[in-house]
Amino acid sequence: MNQSAIRIRAVMRKEFQEYRRNRFIIYTMGTLPLIFTALPVISLFSISNSTPPSVVRTQVAITLLLLLVIPVVLPATIAAYSVIGERDQGTLEPLLTTPISREEFLLGKSLAATIPTVGVAYVFFIVLVVAIRLGASSVVAHAVWQPSWFLAELLFAPLLAAWSVWVGTAISARSSDVRVAQQLGTLASLPALVLPLLMSLQVFKPTATVAVVIAVALAVIDVGAWRIVSKMFDRERLITGASAVTMRAEAGT
Amino acid sequence: MVKRQWFARRRHGFGARPTTWQGWLITAIAVAGAIGALAGAKKTTGEILLVGIVGLYLALAYSLGGAKKLVDTTERGVESDDDHALENAIAKVSLPPAIYGSQSPREIAEAIVSHTGKFADATEDAVMSDSVIVVEHLTKQFGPRVAFEDVSFSVRRGEVFGFLGPNGAGKTSTVRTLSTLVTPTSGTAEVAGIALTGKHDIEIRQRIAVMTEVPGLYLRLSVTENLVFFAGLYGYRDAQPRIDRALEAVNLTSRASDLCGSLSKGLRQRVGLARALLNDPEIVFLDEPTSGLDPVASLEVHNLIIALRDKGVTVFLTTHRLDEAEKLCDRVAILNTTLRTVGRIDDLRRKMFQKSILVSTAAPLANPEGLFSSIESVANWSTDDTGGYVLTVSDVRVAAPAITRALVAAGADVLSLAEGHHSLEEVYLELVGAAGKGSEQ
Repeated sequence: MNQSAIRIRAVMRKEFQEYRRNRFIIYTMGTLPLIFTALPVISLFSISNSTPPSVVRTQVAITLLLLLVIPVVLPATIAAYSVIGERDQGTLEPLLTTPISREEFLLGKSLAATIPTVGVAYVFFIVLVVAIRLGASSVVAHAVWQPSWFLAELLFAPLLAAWSVWVGTAISARSSDVRVAQQLGTLASLPALVLPLLMSLQVFKPTATVAVVIAVALAVIDVGAWRIVSKMFDRERLITGASAVTMRAEAGT
Repeated sequence: MVKRQWFARRRHGFGARPTTWQGWLITAIAVAGAIGALAGAKKTTGEILLVGIVGLYLALAYSLGGAKKLVDTTERGVESDDDHALENAIAKVSLPPAIYGSQSPREIAEAIVSHTGKFADATEDAVMSDSVIVVEHLTKQFGPRVAFEDVSFSVRRGEVFGFLGPNGAGKTSTVRTLSTLVTPTSGTAEVAGIALTGKHDIEIRQRIAVMTEVPGLYLRLSVTENLVFFAGLYGYRDAQPRIDRALEAVNLTSRASDLCGSLSKGLRQRVGLARALLNDPEIVFLDEPTSGLDPVASLEVHNLIIALRDKGVTVFLTTHRLDEAEKLCDRVAILNTTLRTVGRIDDLRRKMFQKSILVSTAAPLANPEGLFSSIESVANWSTDDTGGYVLTVSDVRVAAPAITRALVAAGADVLSLAEGHHSLEEVYLELVGAAGKGSEQ
């Protein structure tokens, strides 16, 4: 294992240790997905075989879209805390005086936020589809058990989570208050749901090809966001509140 | 190499989890198989298949999970090649001159004296060539505000270098600049033999350690977990021996598993120092290390600094506490946006203050003016707060016998006669001036 991987793993492990000791994060990860999925799931189970297919499709699409809110909202909250949280507890400066590069730091932080939230999203998805297969009416089971929905969940969850992480990290790096960062981070991450929403509302026909195309679009957006956030991560600005480039310009040197 | 189990069973309760890629692969196949069974088969057949797959998976996980044990979350590697690679890389980048080896500046000086018979000049030249920090005309501006300006000094290998100044003088900004956190506006600097150009920041950070005024620990993590994290940031995989050494150095071995949030401020400061020792740094920057500590905790930190110096580590110490600087520092620099002076404390005293002799008598002298003005080596005199006399002299060794003779001849009852001593505080106040005093308050 090279040193870069060791550093990234060190950041991830530390983040996981902090999550485990922070009940707020544990409760959020557990309850938020429940809130998002409980009501739509109940309505899915109340659908009978005599319900018109269009109603079933709409209800299924809404439920699956709400499942995709989990990998958007959860990492945004965690990522929004990632930089400003370190600054607030006075750990950012000691951390930045070590040989870790900004890419390693950001990657470690983002993976630590992405992996558990995508895991939670997958678990909820699996539990839901299995429950539907076992307990819901056959029309609902047929509508849910489509390769396109499985592919969409499999691809969209990590890509949407990555987007949320970059947006949350960018806001965290520029904010001066944790609460503001978390609220802004959650809000700013929501636009990424537009593409899956169009698929859910059947603006595009929900096929596997459409899912792949949307996934590629999301991946492009993620790469762009990663590049922007990397450039925004300026050690000097994080420590002193102003970037070296700006200060040189102001000082006229 | 120790072979790891594919799964790990928990000591308490029900459950096992994959711990290796093989375990994760089996888990992924099981999940995919379960979904496939439900999706591809008829309802009843699918459900039977699902139960079968889940049962098979659990049986596999338990049979491959070994004995019941806690899941190992520390995952300490058994390979330590990375450590050796790192140390070799560091050694290649900068080696101290062979002639000096691991000798302290004092040993080098003594060696030179034995060959040349000259001490001060030779030592100065020799040790200057072994500087680990060289700063030339360094300036840092934050927009229109000047943090520090045109600062030049050098720090020698193995010395404790005091960096003094009032609040807002630019001390912390200087430390942040030298530790590559902020970019200088102009000027040049070398840290651990590497130019501060922005291109080799990671190499510099690999060879230094910084302890900020606030230790900056993760309060929800234990002492060991904090140190494991920072050792990871330095790229050490098997860091436990380093962590043990660092904890032993700061006498914290018995508190290794305590949460940092439960430690006193003094103990947290010691954890911060242990963290600074993890990478065996060439230079340790200590920013106000005893700020807010009680006398006992401060003394412990002082002893640790002395121990660092004894190990040959260069210590760059910023402090407000002049008694601390006087006790610990080989040389000091006084900064108040611009550098006011740099040198040994004794040299500064000699440069800044005239030599004096303090005379104390049982009763006031009848005619002190007549008595002292008649002594050739006394330039000036005055009385002090205690009723004694302060005589300014050019050479203490010449003046002291003459003064003694004159006092005895005048029939004075002399209680004491001693060389005047100026504290670092007097030097500091003289250089920093009223502005410094005001801002400190």
